[in-house]
Amino acid sequence: MKEIHEMTAVEISEKIKCGELGAEECAAVFLDRAEKYDGVLNCFTYIDRETVLKRAAEVQKGVKSGRYSGRLAGAVVAVKDNICVKDMPASCGSKILKNFTAPYNATVINRLEDEGVIVLGKTNTDEFAMGSTTETSYFGPTLNPWDLSRVPGGSSGGSAACVSAGLAPLALGTDTGGSIRQPCSFCGVSGLKPTYSAVSRFGLIAYASSFDQIGPIAKNIDDCAALYSVICGKDFSDSTSSYVNFDYGRAVTPDVRGKKIGVLTDFSGGKIDAGVKSAVLKSAEIFEELGAEVEEISMPCLEYCVPAYYILACAQASSNLARYDAVKFGFRAENCKSADELYIKSRSEGFGIEAKRRIMLGNFLLSAGYYETYYKKALKAREYIKNEFLRIFENFDLIITPVAPSTAPKLGASLKRPLEMYLADAYTAAVNLASLPACSCPCGFDPNNLPIGFQLIGKPFAEEEIIGAAKAFEEAAHFYKNPPVTNLSGGGSQ
Amino acid sequence: MKYETVIGLEIHAQLSAKTKIFCSCKTDFGAPANTQVCPVCLGLPGALPVLNRKVLEYAVKTGLALGCEITQLTSFDRKNYFYPDLPKSYQISQLFLPICRNGSVEIETENGKKRIGISEIHMEEDAGKLIHSEEENLTYIDFNRCGVALLEIVSQPDFTSADEVTAYIEKLCRILKYIDVCDCKMQEGSLRADINLSVRPEGQKELGTRTEMKNLNSLREIRRAINYEANRQAELIESGKKVIRRTLRWDDGKGQSIPMRDKEDAADYKYFPEPDLPPVFVSKEYIDGIRSQIPELPDSRTERYVNELGLSEYDARLLSESVHISDFYEKVINGCGEYKEAANWITGELMRLMKLNSVPDENIPVSPESLVEIINMLKAGEINRTVAKAAFEESFINKAKPREYVEKNNLKLFTDTEKIRLVLTKVISENEKSVSDYKSGKSSAFGYITGQAMKALNSKAPVKEVQKILKQLLG
Repeated sequence: MKEIHEMTAVEISEKIKCGELGAEECAAVFLDRAEKYDGVLNCFTYIDRETVLKRAAEVQKGVKSGRYSGRLAGAVVAVKDNICVKDMPASCGSKILKNFTAPYNATVINRLEDEGVIVLGKTNTDEFAMGSTTETSYFGPTLNPWDLSRVPGGSSGGSAACVSAGLAPLALGTDTGGSIRQPCSFCGVSGLKPTYSAVSRFGLIAYASSFDQIGPIAKNIDDCAALYSVICGKDFSDSTSSYVNFDYGRAVTPDVRGKKIGVLTDFSGGKIDAGVKSAVLKSAEIFEELGAEVEEISMPCLEYCVPAYYILACAQASSNLARYDAVKFGFRAENCKSADELYIKSRSEGFGIEAKRRIMLGNFLLSAGYYETYYKKALKAREYIKNEFLRIFENFDLIITPVAPSTAPKLGASLKRPLEMYLADAYTAAVNLASLPACSCPCGFDPNNLPIGFQLIGKPFAEEEIIGAAKAFEEAAHFYKNPPVTNLSGGGSQ
Repeated sequence: MKYETVIGLEIHAQLSAKTKIFCSCKTDFGAPANTQVCPVCLGLPGALPVLNRKVLEYAVKTGLALGCEITQLTSFDRKNYFYPDLPKSYQISQLFLPICRNGSVEIETENGKKRIGISEIHMEEDAGKLIHSEEENLTYIDFNRCGVALLEIVSQPDFTSADEVTAYIEKLCRILKYIDVCDCKMQEGSLRADINLSVRPEGQKELGTRTEMKNLNSLREIRRAINYEANRQAELIESGKKVIRRTLRWDDGKGQSIPMRDKEDAADYKYFPEPDLPPVFVSKEYIDGIRSQIPELPDSRTERYVNELGLSEYDARLLSESVHISDFYEKVINGCGEYKEAANWITGELMRLMKLNSVPDENIPVSPESLVEIINMLKAGEINRTVAKAAFEESFINKAKPREYVEKNNLKLFTDTEKIRLVLTKVISENEKSVSDYKSGKSSAFGYITGQAMKALNSKAPVKEVQKILKQLLG
């Protein structure tokens, strides 16, 4: 029999519901593993054994009484630290919020609690989700379970790594320009970035409001679908949220026969590793064997995605992060003699380099005289890119692309070259610009045995279609079943 | 040289919506500090705004009452600046697509009538309040006011004097109260004015350099501030100096405008569309629905009272001042048809009692039906004016029903002429001396006889009627 930490969340929940396993027993397995391995991996920024076990006992009762009977009842979920869970810290990987405890639950957390899903702890993230490596976190980098000398990707690196290492069967991440899909790809797990507005952002600490989306990370696409089905849908606390018609059963029925899939691996100005490209092309062949019609497409506008995305995201971030002014909560510098000094010192000391870079850039972009030149122009580019996708979707059902042009880089390699790091976001940021749904699925390994992922992009609210195709792929190719082979207790990958 | 003053106003009107603009916190005035707050209005991480539909309704209503065009696709923007009373470090406001544009208000001063243009009205959230404690050398913040809905009503630079400005504010208040969107209590800060002012030599076309005085909240202060600032600027120019474009604070104690910040470090608000609130589509049907809720406005009522009901301009204005008084008046005249009589009662007795007992307009304690009853009894000669006033006061203070009150206290006049005649015959027979005096031409004797007659009747008959019958009896 599989060990508990090797099971999917849906499997664990089934066993809990039929009495084969106890909720507390299962929670304890993950708590133990986190205790054992997280000292090295650094996936979690907060985990409290007592709280988890207490909640697990309640959930166990609820399962017995029939109160919790859902697909994920009794399972544990790790939550990225930019999502508010009542009475737990919500630090966003930043010094400026390191002492902030959320006084309320995000809507997604309320929905999970209503389903009897147990919050295991908070996971590491790039500061305010700004980064692609989880190295900009105030709490230090998370390590990639496949190779401890490498980054797990980011910004949801803590969530992806903890699922990959079996410290949690499920996690919530957030995706603004690729922050769910890219770490999933680097860590060999599955993730879904929903259509913008499909999941409530209430209680998600904003980075770039018009892109941010919460989504599931799991071992396979089935679990992603199960978690998504719990958190999606209209929320009256988020005016931008939408009604969603999503059926788990329909979604996880393998279905790709007759679908038209566009393959996109190159664009002008983009660099891509040969290993990544061939893995994606191989995946396209597998889809073809499964009965899909596959055709290469080009999308010249991909070149403009990174600049457009960073202009809009940084501008919004500069405003969203302005509330951390040391007046009401969060880090406060000492011995300030005026309000201005309080702002300047606290923010200078409280924010890390990447957050500062984006705040400064955003403020510049919104300054008098520049708004029209940059922000408004970037909004136009966004509209154009959105229309380009919709034009392609007139002839195709899905688009397959690499998630990132490379596999996980070495720790420290990216931060020295931020521009290169930004440019690697082209495939994923394009999807956020167009507000589309996309999943990331493991599809192979590079010569260093590092996981590669592809991205499957669908039409607005076509999550079922994406998941159905991903499921068909999973059943044909079993990349998702490979666990990391590293000695997780430390000692590197040698 | 003579100088001309040019003034534009930004009025911030706090809407009387029961809850805040983007959350469901209450807006009661004077609640203990920080008791009407939640994650949304405190700007806690992760909280999101949701537009209060009532605020949109009030904004559209105001726009229609001020003759504005309503923007059918309206949206919110962020105005970014740091200040301790602003928890998100941005204010959600409207820059690009404000809800109302291009309206106007007619004002009247000694110099006659004038139309003041309104360039736009936008919805926004109020900030919190800083409370400085000198003795502790500390500043406290009360966030109760944070997120309370405001309308910013921006006028064209159409004013040339403090008189025009106060006339405009008074007019605006009357209208806002009429449509019940703002209580306009300046002393509680529910109406505040920013004054943009410049001066130029008379006859000069281009505008002078302007200053902005922020947050004035009484008509007296506004008047003083305008006069002071206009003089100050004129004197500067006169002495060859330049007016500096800057933001000022009016210090009413010192009677001076004091610089807050220079243009050099003037705030750059870095406006951009608020991504947390989708644009709002305001349909024609919605606008028409709100239009139908707007009552007839004061100017139109005044005109109608003068032209159709024959009231004096003065009475007509007094009656239309408040929608509650005016509605009361209309109910009374619908009940009794006595336009002038009703107007006299309301501008006289009713307003006197309201003032004496400090009753706000919206709480008139007496019903229009009671006043109708009193006027009808007077008209029928059932009571005299003294009794009528007493009955009115009883209804006002003790909620008495006038007719019941009159009957219970036996205050009704004799309306039976035969009965009066009988009493009078007796009075005549008892005052032979006076009767013969009267008959011999001594007219003062008639007054005495009338007095005796009224006494015999316990003052319960109309004097005119008594005198008429007396004359008949005396031949």
